[in-house]
Amino acid sequence: MDTAIKLFRSNIRQYGMFIALILIMLLFQFLSDGNLLKPLNITNLILQNSYILILAIGMLLVIITGHIDLSVGSVAAFVGAVSAIMMVNQDMPFPVAMVLSLFIGAAVGAWQGFWVAYVRIPSFIVTLAGMLLFRGLTMLVLDGKSVAPFPDGFRAISTGFLPDIPGEWNIHLLTVLLGAVMSIVYIFMEWRGRLIQQRYKFEVIPVPFFMAQLAALVIVINLFTYVLASYKGLPNILIMLFILVAVYTFVMRKTVMGRHIYALGGNEKAARLSGVKTKKMTFWVFVNMGVLAALAGLVFAARLNAATPKAGVNFELDAIAAVFIGGASATGGVGTVIGAIVGGLVMGVMNNGMSLIGLGIDYQQGIKGLVLLLAVAFDLYNKNKSA
Amino acid sequence: MITLTDIILEMRNITKTFPGVKALANVNLQVKEGEIHALMGENGAGKSTLMKVLSGVYPHGSYEGDILFKGQTCEFKNIRHSENLGIVIIHQELALIPQLSIAENIFLGNEQAKGGIINWNDTIVRTRELLGTVGLSESPSTLAGTIGVGKQQLVEIAKALSKKVKLLILDEPTAALNEEDSENLLNLMLAFKRQGITSIMISHKLNEIMKVADSITIIRDGNTIETLNVKQDSITEDRIIKGMVGRDLTHRYPDREAHIGDILFKVEDWNVYHPTQADRKVIDNVGFQVKRGEVVGIAGLMGSGRTELAMSIFGQSYGKRISGRLFKDGREVKLNDIGTAIDEGIAYVTEDRKEYGLILMDDIKRNTTLASLGKISKWFVVDDNREVVEAEGFRAKLNIKTPSIHQKTGNLSGGNQQKVVLSKWIFAGPDLLILDEPTRGIDVGAKYEIYTIINQLAAQGKGILMISSELPELLGMCDRIYVMNEGRFTGEVPKTEANQEVLMKYMTKGRR
Repeated sequence: MDTAIKLFRSNIRQYGMFIALILIMLLFQFLSDGNLLKPLNITNLILQNSYILILAIGMLLVIITGHIDLSVGSVAAFVGAVSAIMMVNQDMPFPVAMVLSLFIGAAVGAWQGFWVAYVRIPSFIVTLAGMLLFRGLTMLVLDGKSVAPFPDGFRAISTGFLPDIPGEWNIHLLTVLLGAVMSIVYIFMEWRGRLIQQRYKFEVIPVPFFMAQLAALVIVINLFTYVLASYKGLPNILIMLFILVAVYTFVMRKTVMGRHIYALGGNEKAARLSGVKTKKMTFWVFVNMGVLAALAGLVFAARLNAATPKAGVNFELDAIAAVFIGGASATGGVGTVIGAIVGGLVMGVMNNGMSLIGLGIDYQQGIKGLVLLLAVAFDLYNKNKSA
Repeated sequence: MITLTDIILEMRNITKTFPGVKALANVNLQVKEGEIHALMGENGAGKSTLMKVLSGVYPHGSYEGDILFKGQTCEFKNIRHSENLGIVIIHQELALIPQLSIAENIFLGNEQAKGGIINWNDTIVRTRELLGTVGLSESPSTLAGTIGVGKQQLVEIAKALSKKVKLLILDEPTAALNEEDSENLLNLMLAFKRQGITSIMISHKLNEIMKVADSITIIRDGNTIETLNVKQDSITEDRIIKGMVGRDLTHRYPDREAHIGDILFKVEDWNVYHPTQADRKVIDNVGFQVKRGEVVGIAGLMGSGRTELAMSIFGQSYGKRISGRLFKDGREVKLNDIGTAIDEGIAYVTEDRKEYGLILMDDIKRNTTLASLGKISKWFVVDDNREVVEAEGFRAKLNIKTPSIHQKTGNLSGGNQQKVVLSKWIFAGPDLLILDEPTRGIDVGAKYEIYTIINQLAAQGKGILMISSELPELLGMCDRIYVMNEGRFTGEVPKTEANQEVLMKYMTKGRR
């Protein structure tokens, strides 16, 4: 029992946000008479929040380096508008238009990264200017009107589902199978990591806890895929999100580049004197943000099936809130991809839950604001206690 | 004859302890009314601490002993309190706010106001008067950031005068000034003396002290050594140096048998300009060499350009318009960025480990590997397990006292932090290690350990370039010592000829 308490204590910051998310989900599950966790609603929840989660990943990197990006909503709208012109007005094939759109996003990111990293203008100002500039360009490109409809193939990225194995099933079989495969892969990776650590003669967590941890995650994974399978299966966008989360988690946790980004945010001067190319790194973090903002813009346009001048308003605020709720530090150097995703889901579940129980938009805004404040206060409290 | 009424300030048995260090031990200071009293001693001897006690930066209760000002016992709670009695300190680092005008700076915190509303006419008129007294012809509305350092110093003095100063304390007032500005300042001090203002001046420049001071109190290792009367005792510079140095040097440094090899690193005609003040030459035609297995010292006072020299060599991390040639093992190298410098086997252990050396929010293992992640990576993927092994290795080898390498470096003591920084650079596998003040703010035990590490590195055939303000440390550790002053090398002294008097002479040698 002592070991359990010790493990819990040392990981409370990591687990804190998961616990918060679960509590919020249970609360709304109860308040909405069980509607929150219905297969249809879970699917909707993912579709509704996908673009914020994509933005949150990019924003996390920006915030870790100690910067901020206020322009992502406008950039998303701008790229959505340009893609609409290409696909709807010019009849360009949608894969070509998508690739071009992502390059435009990269160019926008490079533009802002240049001012921040090399001219050293505070990112708050550069991206505030970007927010206005790209909103203006969006209106210009669209001539103030909405452009629609998009080709079906393009819309499928946001609204489509993974096709099932041919045959008659009363559940989405492939989704259930994928859940099982993922569980096996997960168990294998954890087990292999443990073996390697034992080979180095490191201390590993006791077997019962290891097993309990594995069991808990396997149950969560399969329950989740089962719920989705009883509606239409895995949404395409969820697969994309999963890949993004996996890749960025890997980059931030395991690669030299990830280490350099954390070091740069933790102490720029010390990082520079340790050989980190701080300017170049900052520049590329903004380019990355540009690409992800473009992707979010495409996903949003596909979901709406239109590019509108008002798309993406306040997206930046949701993305920033997600990152901070997820435990990132406003001074830089701290934060995780998983944290940002959980933070985004906390916001998403609250939006969805409050709508389900018919709470007015006025209350919704206020409550979300308070949750952001309390989440960061709680995180700060934990940080001071552990120091 | 000294009578009691002549004494304006007396500090009796002042003892000040910081956690783990006794900065001042029963220090006594007597200052006569209307004199210029110099306070001398090496860096870290306790001069600035003593002046902070006097001015209330360290409030009454945080030290032991008594302060008597004009015969009255004083218990200052803060700076404001001491300033009200006319004791004003001008710190080494100028405290003007560059974005405010001269007038605003002079009356900052002491605004010419009634009911919270500033009377700007009064402010301007009084500023003109004060500027006249210090001999400045600038307009009161000029921004403080746009005038030179020498003039800024004069504004600071005008600010002190505005507080009706009785006792003016100047902490290294000429450290940042050129010859001409220094001369002006010293003349101004003599003028103040004629007006009856008493001054205490901290300085390292012997020629200046000899010019203006009436008495000199020497502090060494937190103790008062002696007070000399310049006029009566016919004091020479050598006499002062002897008082400042002269201590037991045995067994504070581990023994080492030097095995000196070929020339490892050579610098020729090195010139560096200030990064923002385009015409200010910070490093002036410096050349030196370090051999394998050799520990070479650079002596010099703060502000002599030591750190700037090291950083400009280390991947041009300081300065503009850098010119000169660098050779490693006889081959010319261009170290245009820090990555290249590290790849060429140069390491620079920074002076300020918290600001420039460590990522305090990260743990020991991440700090240890930061400069050489490539060594524990495959295809840019870091092997966490190998990182733990390497960091554990350094913890054992360098005796870093910590419960775990997962500890944040911000929670470590100064000595252990410095060992982590050393781990980082030893792990990078350099040939030349530049150590900038490697033992600053570290207790004696940890110092000895760090000296031992330095000796081991030299024994492995690496070259060590050690920058230090502590002369005994250089004398105890180095095979050869270069002396630096005002951006130039003023001397090169082999171990056999080195002593503190010689070094101090070169260090204070001016541009004449």
